[in-house]
Amino acid sequence: MENFGTFLSVLSQGLPETLIATIGGIVLTIVLSFGAGLALLSPSRTVRVIARVYVEGLRGTSEVVQLFWIYFALPVLVGFQLVPIWAGILVLGLNHGAYGAEIVRGAVQSVPRAQVEGAIALSLSPAQRMRRVILPQAVVEMIPPFNNLFIQLLKSTALLSFVSVNEITRQAQQVLVPRFNAQAFQIFLLLLVMYLILALVITAVMRTLERLAAARVGRRPSVRARQQAATGAGVA
Amino acid sequence: MPSADLPSGEPMIVFDGVEKRFGDNVVLSELNFTVAPGEHVCLIGPSGSGKTTILRLLMTLEKVDRGSISVGGKSLSHMEKGGKLVPADDKHCREVRKHIGMVFQQFNLFPNMTVRGNLIEAPTRVLGLSKEEATARAQELLDLVGLGDRMDAHPTQLSGGQQRVAIARALAMRPDVLLLDEVTSALDPELVAGVLKLLRDIGSTTDITFLCVTHEMGFARDFSDRVMMFDGGRVIEDAAPEKLFTEPGHERTQAFLQAVVER
Repeated sequence: MENFGTFLSVLSQGLPETLIATIGGIVLTIVLSFGAGLALLSPSRTVRVIARVYVEGLRGTSEVVQLFWIYFALPVLVGFQLVPIWAGILVLGLNHGAYGAEIVRGAVQSVPRAQVEGAIALSLSPAQRMRRVILPQAVVEMIPPFNNLFIQLLKSTALLSFVSVNEITRQAQQVLVPRFNAQAFQIFLLLLVMYLILALVITAVMRTLERLAAARVGRRPSVRARQQAATGAGVA
Repeated sequence: MPSADLPSGEPMIVFDGVEKRFGDNVVLSELNFTVAPGEHVCLIGPSGSGKTTILRLLMTLEKVDRGSISVGGKSLSHMEKGGKLVPADDKHCREVRKHIGMVFQQFNLFPNMTVRGNLIEAPTRVLGLSKEEATARAQELLDLVGLGDRMDAHPTQLSGGQQRVAIARALAMRPDVLLLDEVTSALDPELVAGVLKLLRDIGSTTDITFLCVTHEMGFARDFSDRVMMFDGGRVIEDAAPEKLFTEPGHERTQAFLQAVVER
């Protein structure tokens, strides 16, 4: 392919921003998923309502609009402009954390009631029951749907081009296509392949984690969890 | 140990006018009974007669709708707050419950821990034992249940030994009261006799108060000091096993025993 070297090197210049946004977004997603997911199961109604408002609010509105709002509208309101990449990570995390909260809630609820009762019979406190007995078992169920969610998050980093983060999509659109208009087909094909490779890396990491977590609870990954990962159920 | 601070002659377990409903279904009504310290009581009766509910109420896995329950002289269902009796909160329940152990039909071992983890988790976190103390105690108990070499096994690798580990786990908390909920019902037939023998041994060498729901009439007969026959949420007969099994005083007890024997 003509100019392949140029395409690859220009797109690669966008890789650091894509990776930072993806990893930052994943970290924030995990934190918010567990925070909101456990809050959805809180005995306190107030806590549950707050978590529910967050989940429905962030899940039910457009990511692009959320991004515009945080990047363009927030500075007008509070007079503080976020660095583009941070605004991006914040939106990716907030949005995917809302989906992740439901994954955490569902997985915790899928742990058999008998396990909770076994822990109660040993006088473990509610926090000990959650941390030592329920969560280690629930995590195994969470990993396949989280795999889906993280891949979606990776693809959503393309939205950051709207707030002029120089990630790979922006590199293609703003730098390469204007110069090599006739080769737009090849440029975007290469871009697709790059996203695919990154997605495969995420899947490989998650599969390894899933095996480790499943081995810890003495079983192979459940059939249900695998089917969910394959069909994309459990994310949205 | 509450048996120590229990005045002599006081019962270990008291059910006083206990009622339990699930929706419109009255599972237990006006239930009154006491169990003396160290006494072995078996609860028998048809399915759905409320036997298991009694154990679940004692473990606070269910809440009473009316009446009160006390264990070791302390109320399990209520606590004192500002001079008034109010429904017990989780912390109060945990405090009283500390002296009660339970073994479940399905073992309920934690699959995310080894046998060692299962045995030392609560003693270290709830009783405050050091890891070494708890492990030493765990080893003694595993030896007792005949699985001394399986400390590092995973619960799923214990074909047949899971209930023995579950018994050891309950004993690790040094309970004054041990609740056994149909502990042999989920076992393969060839394992039942061994587990029942283990329970007899524990019963005869400790002063633990036992409350067992069982369908093993042979076990009920030679393990218990007293057998309570349940039907429709009420105790219809409460007698020494020699009496209840040979000359049942109630026709429904008779019918039940007949049905169990013919099985």
